[in-house]
Formats: sequence, C-alpha cells, structure tokens
Amino acid sequence: MSQVQTSTAVRQVAIVGNPNCGKSTLFNALTGLRQKVGNYPGVTVERKTGRFRGSHGEPMELLDLPGSYSLQVRSPDEAVARDVLLGRRPETPRPDVVIAVVDASNLERNLYLVAQLLDLGLPTVLALNMVDVAEANGIRIDVDGLSRELGVPVIPMVASKGVGLVELKQALSREPLPKPTVLPPVPEAINEEAIALARELPVSREVAIPEALLLLTLHDEAIADLAEGETERVRKAQARLREAGIEPLSALVEARYGWIGEVCERTLQRPGDDLSRLTLTDRLDQYLTHRLWGWVAFVAMMGLMFFCIFTVAQGPMDWIDGSTAAAQEWVTKAMPESELRNLLVDGVLAGVGGVVIFLPQILILFFFLGLLEDSGYMARAAFIMDRVMASVGLHGKSFIPLLSSYACAIPGIMATRTIENRKDRLVTIMVAPLMSCSARIPVYSLMIAVLLPASSGWAKAGVAISMYALGTFMAFFMAWVFKKTLLKSETPMLLLELPPYRLPSLRSVALRMVERGGIFLKRAGTIILALSILLWALATYPKPADGVDESDALAQSYAGRMGHLIEPTIAPLGYDWKIGIGLIASFAAREAFVGTMSIVYNVEGDVDEDATPLQETMRNETRADGTPVYTPLVCIGLMVFYVLAMQCISTVAIVRRETASWRWPLFQIIYMTALAWVCAFLVYQGGRLLGFQ
Amino acid sequence: MSTATENSIPLPQLPLGGKGRITRFEASPQNRSRLFEMGLTPGATVELVRIAPLGDPIDFKIRGYHLSLRRQEAEGIFVVPLS
Repeated sequence: MSQVQTSTAVRQVAIVGNPNCGKSTLFNALTGLRQKVGNYPGVTVERKTGRFRGSHGEPMELLDLPGSYSLQVRSPDEAVARDVLLGRRPETPRPDVVIAVVDASNLERNLYLVAQLLDLGLPTVLALNMVDVAEANGIRIDVDGLSRELGVPVIPMVASKGVGLVELKQALSREPLPKPTVLPPVPEAINEEAIALARELPVSREVAIPEALLLLTLHDEAIADLAEGETERVRKAQARLREAGIEPLSALVEARYGWIGEVCERTLQRPGDDLSRLTLTDRLDQYLTHRLWGWVAFVAMMGLMFFCIFTVAQGPMDWIDGSTAAAQEWVTKAMPESELRNLLVDGVLAGVGGVVIFLPQILILFFFLGLLEDSGYMARAAFIMDRVMASVGLHGKSFIPLLSSYACAIPGIMATRTIENRKDRLVTIMVAPLMSCSARIPVYSLMIAVLLPASSGWAKAGVAISMYALGTFMAFFMAWVFKKTLLKSETPMLLLELPPYRLPSLRSVALRMVERGGIFLKRAGTIILALSILLWALATYPKPADGVDESDALAQSYAGRMGHLIEPTIAPLGYDWKIGIGLIASFAAREAFVGTMSIVYNVEGDVDEDATPLQETMRNETRADGTPVYTPLVCIGLMVFYVLAMQCISTVAIVRRETASWRWPLFQIIYMTALAWVCAFLVYQGGRLLGFQ
Repeated sequence: MSTATENSIPLPQLPLGGKGRITRFEASPQNRSRLFEMGLTPGATVELVRIAPLGDPIDFKIRGYHLSLRRQEAEGIFVVPLS
C-alpha cells in the first residue's frame, strides 16, 4: 500500500540558487501561470509554489526557496531555505529532489552553495544556467567533466529562452532519482567534531552531519541564540578546534573554495587574463556607473518610465473610460428608474470604473521595474545610490525595498526581511510608505489633469516626477531623523553583487505584470467595490425631502455631514467638505479618492451629464462665492498630502504583521498624517502669502 | 609569510585596476564569515575595478564576479599588492 502511495505521490522539487542566477526565470519557465504565492506559517517569508509536468506527463510540485549565498543562517529569509532542505518545517515535506541553479558565467562563487547542498545528500540536479552569457565571455565548460566531479547530473541551460528545459525535466523524472556520489571535502579535525556532535542532535541520521557542520561554523553571536544544551556543546567543540589551531569557519570555507578551485581548474577554460578584453558588461558599466553619465542614465531611465506611464497609457485609459460611460448609459436605459439603478450607475460603475482606469499605468510601471531588475540595472542603481543611503545612516540593501515601494509598499516592506539589523529594518519599514506607490498614480493623474489640462506629456511627467522626488526626499529625511533619535544603531555591512547585464526575459516580465495587475484588479473588485457601495449609500441617504436641490441633498447626506465635520481641520489646507469626503474614504485606500470624487459629483449631478470626464467636472467646480475650488495651490497641496499621508489599510496590516505590534503602525499613521497636513498647509498658505492662487 | 603580512595594505589603497592577494582581516566575526562565504578568503586575488560616482562603495572583482563593499568595511581587508 505504502509503495503505491510513494509512486503516485506528486514529486516535490525545490529550486535553490544564489541571487542573480536566473532562479526566478527558471521557475517561471517551468510553471508559467500555474503559480501560487503564500506565506510560511510562523515567519513572514513568501512561499511560492507552482505545478509542472515531468517528461512522462506526471505532475510535479515546484517550491521556490529564497535566493541566498549560503545555507549558513543570518536572517529569517535564509533560515527558511535551510529548514525546508533539512526537512524541519512541518507544512513543507522535505523535497524529493533539488534543482541547484548556478550562473555559468560565475561558476566559482555559485558552487559554494552547491557544495553545501551536496552535504545534504538529497538527489540534486545542477541547472547550469546562462551558458550563452558564459560562452559570449569566452568561458568554456566541460559539462560531462563537471557532472563527474560533482557527482550529480548537470544540465546546460538558457532558462530565459527555454533552452535545456526538456533535458532538465528528464533528469527530474528519473526513477529512482540518483543521490549525489561526491561529498565535498571537510578538514579531518572538523569532520571528527561534526560526527561527534551529530550523535547528540535530536534529528534524523541523514541530516545530522550537514546540520552539525552548519552549527560548528556558526559565529559566536548566533551560537548564543541556540537551545541551551546545544550552545554549550557547539562552544566546546569550537574551542577544541581552535586549540588545535583550526578556526572552524575559515578552515571549512577555505577547504571548500580550494576544492571548487580544483574542480574549475579541471572543467573550465577561461579566456586569458588579457586586460584589453572587456566584456559587454564592463563596457556598459563604464558609462552606467560613470560619475557623470551614470547619473544622466539614471535620471533618463526614470524620466522615460514616468513619461511612458503618462503618455502610452493614455489610449487604453480613454478606452476604459469610454467603456465605463457606455456601460453606465446602457444600464440607465435598460433599467427603470430605481434605487438599484442609481446604485449600479453612480456607485458601482462610477467607483470601480474610476479605479480600473489606472490599470494600464500600473502595468507599465511593473513592466519597467521588471526590465530594470531582470537586466541587472537595479544593482547599479543601488551602487550609485548607496552613498546617498549612507548619508542618512541606511544601507544599499534598504534601497531595494524602497525602490519596490514605488510599486507598492507591501512588497517593499516584505522585502525588508533581508535586512539583518532589526533597527535598520524598522527604519526602512517606517519610511517605505512615503515612496509614491502605484495607488497614488490615480490621484496624481487626476490632479495633474485638473491642474494642467492642455499641457504636453513632458510637463505632466515633470509634475509627477516632482511628487515622486518629494516622497523620496521625505523618506530619506525621516529615515535620518529616526536613525538619529528613536532607532539609533550602527549601519551594517553592505555586500552588493553587480551581476552581468543580460537581456530580460519578456515572458518573465509579462508574468509579473499579470500577477501585479491581478492583485490590483482584485483590490478594485473587493475593497474598492465595497467602499464604493458604502460611499454611494452614505452620499445618497438620508433621502432629502422633495424639492431640495441636488447639492443640498449631498450636503445633508451622511457623507456630506462627515465632510462638514472634518471641514474645520482641512479648511486651512484650502479643501472644502467634498474633498473631505474623498480624504475620509482614502484612509482605507488612496485610489478610493478618485472613485469617491466621481461618486460625489455623480450623485450631485444629473445622470445624463455622465459623459463629462471627472477632471472637467472638478475644474468647473466652484465655491459659494463663485471662485474655483481646484486652484493650482489646492491641486498641488492635495497631491502633496497624498504623497505623505498614510492611507492604506493593507499597509497598516502588513506593518502590524511584520513588527508584531500595534505600536509601530499606529506611530506610522500619526507621524505621516501630521507630516502630510503640515506640508499641505505650507504649500497652500505659503503659496498664498507669495501671491499665488 | 610574515613579510607578506607586513607588506599588506588595506584593500581600498590599491590603485584603480590594481590587484592584490588577501592576507588577513580586521572585521567582526559576523562580517568576516559573510566575506569568507562570498569567496574573499585568504590567498584569493582581488582587483579594484571602480569606485561609485559619489566615492563609495567600491566595486571589486573576486573569483570572476563583481562585488561592491563600502570603504569602511573594505579597509578591514588587507592585501599584498601584485604587480
């Protein structure tokens, strides 16, 4: 019975590799859209799995482990990879086979992790990725020789083009799966201690030795965090080795790199050490990290990205806008006048349509972020920006979470888990939502259209970039303040790899766009839909007596009363109570502002006037004295408010989860709202003092 | 052996494009273990490739790949210059 079960059970495959080895590309190439993203229970590491079929059509389950340079643990991220491979996590079975992805053009360092994987004794297949790049750099690899030396199957691949996938699947489908036949060398004295220590460990025999090796090479501070008896045993074993003149970690690492050096010597032909021979990456880096051209390229790339977000997206956006209006018209004609019809037209369609319209811009943003990451440019951006990060006491590693926060603060905050120092991680989490995320795009876009109706794409992009710059500057400034006051600590070491440039895989980039676009639409279909219905109800009820005109009816509605209630606090910013309704709605999600304003003005106006785009309605909106509501100062001040305020329930929830307390998210809401109010106040009142409108 | 150690200089003092062989470290145990695993072991050859536009960090070539470190940490890695 049990035999039948094992042969029909879905084979569990884990994919492991260094950062930048093309691991995600291979994961995407194997699984396509059949992916699931979740979380490991107990920790906050993303758990990504997918399904694919082996070479006989049998289903396999692929688990993407976080990329790391070593199985030695220094952050929660790395602990997950190690624990899964050692079979320590209850929800994840120990994998049946491991795909070790290595970058063929950077074999030496990549093989260090492979040596640790071989220690584990699990069936392993080496995916020798990016052999095309290695060849272009003049590196020739003897694949059969490498397979003999490492004792595992080696599959040459170009994952981005699908080269080698068939062979990889064949290797994964073998029955039975071969175990590695080579054990990387361990210095004799360390080996003896490892065997002795392994006997004392409360784990199964097959994982005891690799576990003991990892324990023996832990640094002192980490040993202190072990279980009590274990700390003692590991300290004693290390002390015995040191007495014999052996520093456990350096001896083991040196032995490993020595062995890797020999393996490479026998299987790798490198181009002669000729300095005149520059790879394409070297030549590109001469410009892209140049003290002048590097900045020019950086600014140009950011400029191009935002220019495309505001011009290329226009066509599809007009189309979505037209479709929404057509749907509203159709419902109006098809249904008799009723509360339900009003709910559909003024609530659901106006609210959700007003947000979905920004899908094209969000897709374009993720397209560019995907290109920058996959091409290897992101690391250069971190390289030239690190000094700036250092000036506020942060780290190049905080740059990536902050950069991701341009897309969405949630993945950005989740990306802070690679920061080992707790205080630095908190600082990064505290300031990440100041980076302008994609949910602000709808707000900026609408306000820019109100502010500059007839200007060129460049002028609009210029305003948008200023808002992004303000958010970025404030994130840095607040990080500096926090590092000086609440969260004082030393800046940890930066280790930044500059991978070779490569052509991004469009498939990979497209998959990420679909994934992120899906998340956005899901929000539009759930949170925003619910908010839209709620707001419509708040803006419609209580029903006015007959004969009261439309705008008085809105003023007397629940929403109108709430807007009036907060009006005194926002009047100094130049906002009226209708904008107040938008601000209240935005505390759940920023993009709700747009939907809310279109509901507010739709409820107020006649259904027949729906054809007027929202920005024109807003531009024509006047106060009681006949002056326009949306003066340039109000438009700019409102954007500044949205740059700085904490208005996102999902982010609050994630900060609560990541910091495991309500203290930090509450502090974040308070400081960001205060900052937003003060800055919007300065824009509006300061601008008026200077004679602007 | 001892003369090699005496002749060693901090890594950032290599000229641009200059190479050196690693002799010893002055770093916290945690940082040292990180550097080791990244392939910066005693005896390995490093090349100083470029310095970031704002003067920090510094990009090195080690074991065929590019790694950037901040000046402050690179100061703790000592090398014997190779001509």
